[in-house]
Amino acid sequence: MSALLERHRVTRRQVLIAGAGAAGGLVIGLPALAYEEEGERMLGFFIQIDPDGSVVIGCKDPEIGQGLRTTVPMMVAEELDVEWDKVRIEQMPLGIVKTADGFQWKYGGGQGVGGSTGLTNNWELMRQVGADARRQLIRAAADRLGVDASQCDTRPGRVVCASKNAEIPYRELVVAAAALPAPEDPAPLKDRDNYRIIGTRRQTVDARDIVTGKASYGIDTVQPDMRYAVIARAPVLNARVRTFDDTRARKIDGVLDVFEIEGPALGEPYIILASGVAVVATSTWAAMQGRAALDIEWERSPNADDSSERFWQENEEMLKGDGQVVLDEGDFDTAMAAATKTIKRQYRVPFVSHAPLEPQNCYAHVKPDECHIIAPTQMPSGASRAANAVTGIPRENIHVEMTRVGGGFGRRLTNDYVAEAAMISKKTGWPIKLQWSREDDLKNDFFRPGGLHEMHAGVDTDGRVTAWAQRLASGSKYYRRPDMPDENLYQAELYLDDFPRRIVDNMRMEYFHNAIGLPRGSWRAPAHTANAFVIQSFIDEIAYETGQDPLQLRLDLLGESREIEYSGHGGPTFNPGRLARLLRFVAERIGYGKRLPKGRGIGLAAHFTFGGYAAHAMEVTVADGRLTIERIVAAIDCGFAVHPNGVEAQLQGGTIDGLSTALGLEITVKDGRVEQSNFDDYPLANIAMVPSLFETHILNYDDVPTGVGEIGIPPAAPALTNAIFAASGQRIRNLPVLDQLSAGEHMDMTSAASEKI
Amino acid sequence: MVSFKINSQEVSFEGDPGTPLLWVIRDHLKLQGTKFGCGIGQCGACTVHVDGVAQRSCVMPVATIDGRSIKTIEGLAPEDGGLHPVQQAWLEHDVPQCGYCQAGQIMAAVDFLERFPDPSDADIDNNITNICRCGTYVRIRKAIHRAAELSRGEQS
Repeated sequence: MSALLERHRVTRRQVLIAGAGAAGGLVIGLPALAYEEEGERMLGFFIQIDPDGSVVIGCKDPEIGQGLRTTVPMMVAEELDVEWDKVRIEQMPLGIVKTADGFQWKYGGGQGVGGSTGLTNNWELMRQVGADARRQLIRAAADRLGVDASQCDTRPGRVVCASKNAEIPYRELVVAAAALPAPEDPAPLKDRDNYRIIGTRRQTVDARDIVTGKASYGIDTVQPDMRYAVIARAPVLNARVRTFDDTRARKIDGVLDVFEIEGPALGEPYIILASGVAVVATSTWAAMQGRAALDIEWERSPNADDSSERFWQENEEMLKGDGQVVLDEGDFDTAMAAATKTIKRQYRVPFVSHAPLEPQNCYAHVKPDECHIIAPTQMPSGASRAANAVTGIPRENIHVEMTRVGGGFGRRLTNDYVAEAAMISKKTGWPIKLQWSREDDLKNDFFRPGGLHEMHAGVDTDGRVTAWAQRLASGSKYYRRPDMPDENLYQAELYLDDFPRRIVDNMRMEYFHNAIGLPRGSWRAPAHTANAFVIQSFIDEIAYETGQDPLQLRLDLLGESREIEYSGHGGPTFNPGRLARLLRFVAERIGYGKRLPKGRGIGLAAHFTFGGYAAHAMEVTVADGRLTIERIVAAIDCGFAVHPNGVEAQLQGGTIDGLSTALGLEITVKDGRVEQSNFDDYPLANIAMVPSLFETHILNYDDVPTGVGEIGIPPAAPALTNAIFAASGQRIRNLPVLDQLSAGEHMDMTSAASEKI
Repeated sequence: MVSFKINSQEVSFEGDPGTPLLWVIRDHLKLQGTKFGCGIGQCGACTVHVDGVAQRSCVMPVATIDGRSIKTIEGLAPEDGGLHPVQQAWLEHDVPQCGYCQAGQIMAAVDFLERFPDPSDADIDNNITNICRCGTYVRIRKAIHRAAELSRGEQS
């Protein structure tokens, strides 16, 4: 264990000190905690300067592939003023501090990644951490030189004092700086014009460890005396074990123990497992073999009749009636009655799985009065709660370490696998690593909810959209939120402030909840993936039906740059003009309006997601029912790109995720069983799908950065299906695309829409 | 007992000869750069070289590699502390996001470039089938082309 990590293990003394500091107005990142020892080389929780001048920066949030371990330390290094190549990054564990009325964050900011908030949560805090530490170093230098601190400045890694013609490296100042009292007021931050690290392209932290096989993930955890565990799970959702015979399993070489485990009652923590049979062994393979040799009889599940077929039929039926009106603005009925043309369409968005490439796993060692968890998780505090719920051990005695995570996508917001591992360790007393198989993962997920959307629009004689309605029947992911009233279930699936709210005057939104048993959760950009597909497809259809150009109609609706109210996540405002700017840009780059051969077409889409803006233009060929993606132009406006290389990576990855999902992925249920089991029947796209003509562009807007992990995905699917329509005249209203592109049945559109610009 | 070479070291395995090579490498030999992704040979996260040829170790019973020579990601770089051209190209294009699939991607690319030293995009499309859930394919493609250049001694 590294020195920095060792330091962050919660000792009783630290708890007391940090607790007092937090209660009494903790100066960000520089609590008194740091100064308790002689020879201290740490400045606050996050920064350590070693005798050789190298700098260790702690990262408090999990790295799931979004690049936070690079981007956030860049903020610290910028303000601290050190050379980036002297910096080493270390993962910090969960830090929570017990107080009189619950728990508080130890490090002055929350820990966890989701909703593209990792960057925004750290932007002020971590720059301040660097700036405060730099000021302490300057003060230590001023003390030594006998000058006022105002006469000192810094150059990377050292304090300089012109009046004394002196230069002192940080490594010589850090012990004195650590001993200085921390002032209450925050040090001033740099102006953007003076940035040397923020806003520049840097290599991903850990890239070298990754390409040499040294990077360590949850699955790579090895601890002394550790055993390996797997769980036999019910093939039918919520089925419980009636009886099992482990005679054959126990004969497998290496199998140590076999027993039934019971999932906790519904609620906190939420786990999928109702009950199952755990097999503990001396190796992963022995545990898997033991599981394969079990004979288990399952009880009949209350969900035994669940099926996708029934779900989609129910949605269709529901949409024929009246649902919960969740938005009724202007006078929708009158506007529709007065419209020159009305358009109605239905779109189907399927359930999909997160399928991170690293299957779920967790190390747990539950002792009588303490517990150690090492897990790939997006929410370490949730891991702490999960372990607490199933062991009863107080949270202050549960130590949670985070590993590098082999993909998040929202799956690891839920710590069900942590609860399972803790149950197995508690039962055996052994340190164990629970390992899920790919089949476990694909069949036991919190899936993106499927839904059937019905759209209505009214258009006047000038082609202006005067009325708009979205009616959605779906399985809300909020079904498992504690204390969530039924009338709020829509909030997870319909974002009322999304485009074209406050642009089209007469708007109605209506929700119908379908209480399917399939577990649902947050899947990268949650409901934005569904709604962007539906809205951006429907705009295209309105354009076609009313003889307008799809780009021009979008630009007319979006209008000029202006801030309009946006109360959802990513607000408080939304600027439609920023989307229009991106659309114009991608349209120009791809040559929108150019003459194209028969069977080829260009599609566009743009969407505002969690504070960030993205647009895509795609050019495709559809010939004899075969789709070829010829070219992709993607653009993002995340305000200000802190780490452009990482922003570009997320835009590329988000686009590909969107396309892969739209083209081929769906989770279905029959007789209460998830029908898909592995990558053979849940075929993630491979490199052949991705054209070599793939451009990404970052269009900065102001000084305010937003996170980018989810921004790039929502417009990808509708840009693709709009391009398919432009190429073939075939409108995809049903995802995934799969084999819907049948040869020879296309209307002859010859890219009419895109020729008219 | 099954005996084989791994990264030039002689090793042997006395457990169940049906154990997939992947789990022998990970759990018994503690070389954990090779990853478990699917267990059915679909995703390629477990790709290693068997006698110089890329194979998906999650579906290879260890018995089938008796007397053969295995190379994993840990054994790819030269011993002088440098990097293999494919690793170098991966760094130049900063390919990894979560990074979990990348050892397998690199092992697959090394073998591919042996067979296609100057590959076209179509060669890549037809031969590289490893899955990257993060969607790093744009950079993987560029890095494969770059690795081909580096292997030919073009520095640019």
